[in-house]
This record gives sequence, structure tokens and C-alpha cells, in this order.
Amino acid sequence: MNSEFAVQCRGIEKAFGNGGGKVLALRGVDLDVRYGEMTLLVGPSGCGKTTLLSVIAGLLNSTAGEVTVLGEQIERLPGRQQILFRRKNLGFVFQQYNLLPALTAAENGAVPLLAAGISRREAIGEAKRLLSTLGMRDRGDALPKQLSGGEQQRVALTRALIHQPRLLICDEPTAALDADTGQAVMELLAQEAVRPERAVIVVTHDNRIFSFADTIARMDDGRVVSVAEEPGFRSDHVFVPQPEVRQELRV
Amino acid sequence: MNFVAWKMLTGDRAKYLGLIFTIAFCTFLLENQTSIFAGILKRTGSQIKDVTDAEIWVMDPKTEYFEQTKSLKDTDLTRVRGVEGVQWAVKLFKGSPVARTLDGKFAVSFCLGLDDATLTGAPRKMVLGSWERLREPDAVVIDKAGYDLLFPDEALQLDRTIELNDHKANIVGISDASAPFVSWPVIHTRYSQAINFVGRERTQLSYVLVQPQPGLDPLELSQRIESQTGLRARTREQFQWDCVVYYLKHTGIPVNFGITIAIALIVGVVVAGQTFYIFTIENLKQFGALKAIGVTNWRITEMIVLQALTVGTMGFAVGSGLCALFFLITLNNPPTRGLVLLWQNMLGTGVAILFVVILASLISIRRVLVLEPAAVFRG
Repeated sequence: MNSEFAVQCRGIEKAFGNGGGKVLALRGVDLDVRYGEMTLLVGPSGCGKTTLLSVIAGLLNSTAGEVTVLGEQIERLPGRQQILFRRKNLGFVFQQYNLLPALTAAENGAVPLLAAGISRREAIGEAKRLLSTLGMRDRGDALPKQLSGGEQQRVALTRALIHQPRLLICDEPTAALDADTGQAVMELLAQEAVRPERAVIVVTHDNRIFSFADTIARMDDGRVVSVAEEPGFRSDHVFVPQPEVRQELRV
Repeated sequence: MNFVAWKMLTGDRAKYLGLIFTIAFCTFLLENQTSIFAGILKRTGSQIKDVTDAEIWVMDPKTEYFEQTKSLKDTDLTRVRGVEGVQWAVKLFKGSPVARTLDGKFAVSFCLGLDDATLTGAPRKMVLGSWERLREPDAVVIDKAGYDLLFPDEALQLDRTIELNDHKANIVGISDASAPFVSWPVIHTRYSQAINFVGRERTQLSYVLVQPQPGLDPLELSQRIESQTGLRARTREQFQWDCVVYYLKHTGIPVNFGITIAIALIVGVVVAGQTFYIFTIENLKQFGALKAIGVTNWRITEMIVLQALTVGTMGFAVGSGLCALFFLITLNNPPTRGLVLLWQNMLGTGVAILFVVILASLISIRRVLVLEPAAVFRG
């Protein structure tokens, strides 16, 4: 496996159910995600984007194939080590933010550090610093219900970045936001999250944010049908199908 | 993460207070009912407990509890005194004359006739007056609750006259006797006086009170008395327990209280368990997010147990406080006097509440542990 890639998927398959009710959500996915890049996973609903994201994050085990994350074959790690690997190396931004409603913005942002055993004072202090960087200096003590959608997503971004993960996984980060707020969140993500030592994977339907991508992998029917690579990608870019998909298209 | 668990628990005040109230209600019901149950059973031996001078009670072989007496022969006293190891033995009479005030208010009473010479068994806790005045003619000592029953809303006063089965009696003291099983006045007088009040029968001797010689085990002496006289001899503690066991076996008290206690426990388990379960299920998505972030199942289990123990402890404290307040308020009411919150009942209730919250948290934990963290991606 090449060390320039944060994530390498080879022939990933994922089936749900069995017998006659068996559904193949992933049908042999090959995907490489580079460090220092933002990779967008795009495609229609039900094409397997979220399932692939879950497999890469170690939240689901694949049925076949091999996934290497940050040099580790994550599925082969024993249960507890897999969880600790995720805690240390992965950051998550969810579509619905999934903030804890009883915690303030700073406390929500501090959760990964608290989970790692860092003292409360230190963790919340660090969260406030990061919130300040993300433009929420005075909102650290606000509860999620007192925050707008964009602010909540920034808190979620704080929570995702506070422990300096090497892989950031974002599931539809702009889906619940209006266009301007979504744009602002993506700008923040591009500025603050993309680092040479970190890779960012974003699952999205929102073609308005394609311009932030370095690579766009298009999925359909459980497969990556094309990967387009170009720094500063534009939404009118013509996709180049992968060789095996091209072969299928010819057939 | 304990901090996160605490904030998750207390974040929604209404749910948090609802959980505490449920546990507190369950605690109150359990402690209250078990304490009243234990208190009522303890009352069955109150008059035995109050006789602190003698260690052993000797009675007819068929006697099972304090109320049930069959008179002994006067010679039985002599026979008991003849048993080796008996330091002294005196007679005790128990009867139930009707006590009546000059105003006509009356009540059936417990009348205890004490040995004329020694006054063994006289009430040691006096509210007013002195038990030593029992040596005076027609003298009686009445307990405060009995006084209040016969002279309601009147100040305590000595040298008042009452009638016991139409015999004049003079109140020379007011005692703080332990509450009897039924709320009758407890009247102490001399033996010779008591049989006068109640009326002569062929035999009068209810009990013989015995004190063993120093260093001699009361249990050993009671066995010796039984084998040598054929009478029944019980230590003070044994006789009190005999009364408790008799009432447990021959009355509906344990069934009635048992049903209430069982209902309290079941309601507690179901309501508290269900409330806590729903609380956890409502937080399922949050726990899912924590699992995805990398919080281990073990840590989440700790968080849920911490939440359960917190509401359990708070609810138990509030419920116990309310129960203590209840008994404090009712402490001096004649029908409920002597009923107190016993530490044994608190301990037992604490164990029951612990069982409730642990059970509730285990059911909740199961749902969280089987939760797939990938569910957080499903919106």
C-alpha cells in the first residue's frame, strides 16, 4: 500500500440481509484517498456512499475486499483497538450535527478530548480556542438549541478537529444548511481541515460545494464509477470513468 | 466522561426531576410501610421490653405471647425460686380492667401488678411523678398516651382520680411506657392492688419474673427452670420474639403489609425502570454519536450506571428524608407513637432501590451496546 494515500479500498463489497432478501450495497469499490486533499463522494441516493463511509470509518465491516486506513487494515483490528484507533485518528461531522443538547458548544467540542481522558478544564479550554478560530469566540457557553444551524455545524467541526485527527469524515455537512451557510461551512472546512498530514472525505449531494474538492469520486449502484482529480475542482468538470467502468460502459 | 454523563442526565430538568420523584416515591412507600410493619410488630412486645429489672419470664407452658396468659399457681413461684441459679423471682399480674374518669370517659387498659415489696417491672421512664409512690394506697402510674386518651386536651396532673372496674385509683405518676399493640392505657400498680381492681379468681399469678445470679447465662437458667418446673421460661428477648412470631403467624398483618410492600417494589421497578429506560432510549442517538467518535462500550456502560446510581441516590435521599419527616410529624400521635424509621428498613430499601436502578440501567445498557454506531450516519 502506498503511503501517499490515507485510505485505500480494494474490491470492497457490503451485503445486508441474507438469502432472498440479500441486498448488495457495495459491489467491489476501489478508491484511493490522498493525504492533504479533500475528496468528495458523490452520487444518487442509495448508491452506497454512506455505507462506504461507514466501512472506511470502521463502523461497519465489509463482506469482502480490503480497506486500509492510515496504513492500518482497520477491519482486522480487534474491537477495542479499532475503537481506540477511531478515537485517535478519525474525526466526524454528521449531517444532523449530533451534538449533545445538554452540553454547551465548548463542552460538545471537547468531547473527543474528554473521551481520551484529558482533564475537563484543559479540554474545554482547547475547544474554546478552536471555536474562536472558527469564528465562535463568544458562543462557547451557548447550548446547541441557542445556536443556528451553521453555528451548530461549526461546533461539530470543532468536535471533529479538536483531537487533530488524520482522517476527517463528513456526511452531508451542508445538507441541513442554506446555501450561504453551507458555503461558509465548506470554506471553513477547506481552510481549517485540509492539511498535508490529513485527508478529508465528504459525502454530499450538494453540487454547489464541488468547487472545494481536490478529488471527486462518483458512485452509482454500489460502485465508484468515476474519479476526477484536480486541485481546485470545478462543478462543470468532465468526469473520467475508471478503466474497469469504461470497459463495462463499452460492453 | 462522567461529566458528560452528569450533564446528559441533568440537562433536561423535567425528566431528571421526574426520575428522582419516581425513585423517591418508591423509597418513601417501601420505608414507610416496612417501618410501620416492623413498628407494629415491635409493639407486641412493648410491655416485655419495658421490664428491664428481670431477664427471664416464666409462664404457663401453653403461653405463646404476652396477651395470652393462663394463671399460674402461687406454689409455682416457690418452685421457680427453688431452681439453682435463681437470684430472685417475683410475681407479675397482667389484667385488663376498664379505666374510667369521673367525667365518664372510659377505656379498657393494660394493668400490670408489680411485686408489692420490690416493685420489679415498674416503669423507669417517667414523664411526671415517681414510680416509688406506687407504695401508697390505691396508687397507679398511667402512661402518657393513656392519660391523653382519658383526659384529652388536659395538662398532665398528678393525684387525679380514676376508677378501675369501679375501684378508686389515684394517679401518682405518668410514665413514658412503650406503645402497646393496641392503643390502651398502660397502668402500673402493686400486685395486691391489681388483683383488687380486676377481681379475685382462684389463681392470679400471670408471670414470674426471674433474675439469674450474676454470671449465669439467662438462656441457660431459663432452660433449667423449664426442665425442673415444667413451666415455660423465656429470656426477655426470646419472649419479645415469641410475640412477633405469634402475630406473624396468626394475624393478617404480614399479608396486608406484604402486599403493599410487594406493590411498592413492583411499581418502583416498573415505573422507575421504564422511566429510566425511556430516558436512555431518547438519548440513543447521542450514545451512537459517542460510540462513533470512539467512546468504548465499557465507558458508555459506566456512564449509564453512573446516571442510574445518581438518580437512585438522589431519589433514595429525598424519599428517606420525606419518610423521616413523616415519622417525625407522627411521632407524638397516640396511634402512631413508637413507629420510627428503622435503619434496617432504610438499608433494606436502599438495597431494593439499588436493585431497581441497576436492573433499569442493565436493560437500557443492552439497547445501547447493540446499537450500531453507523446508525448516526442515517440522519
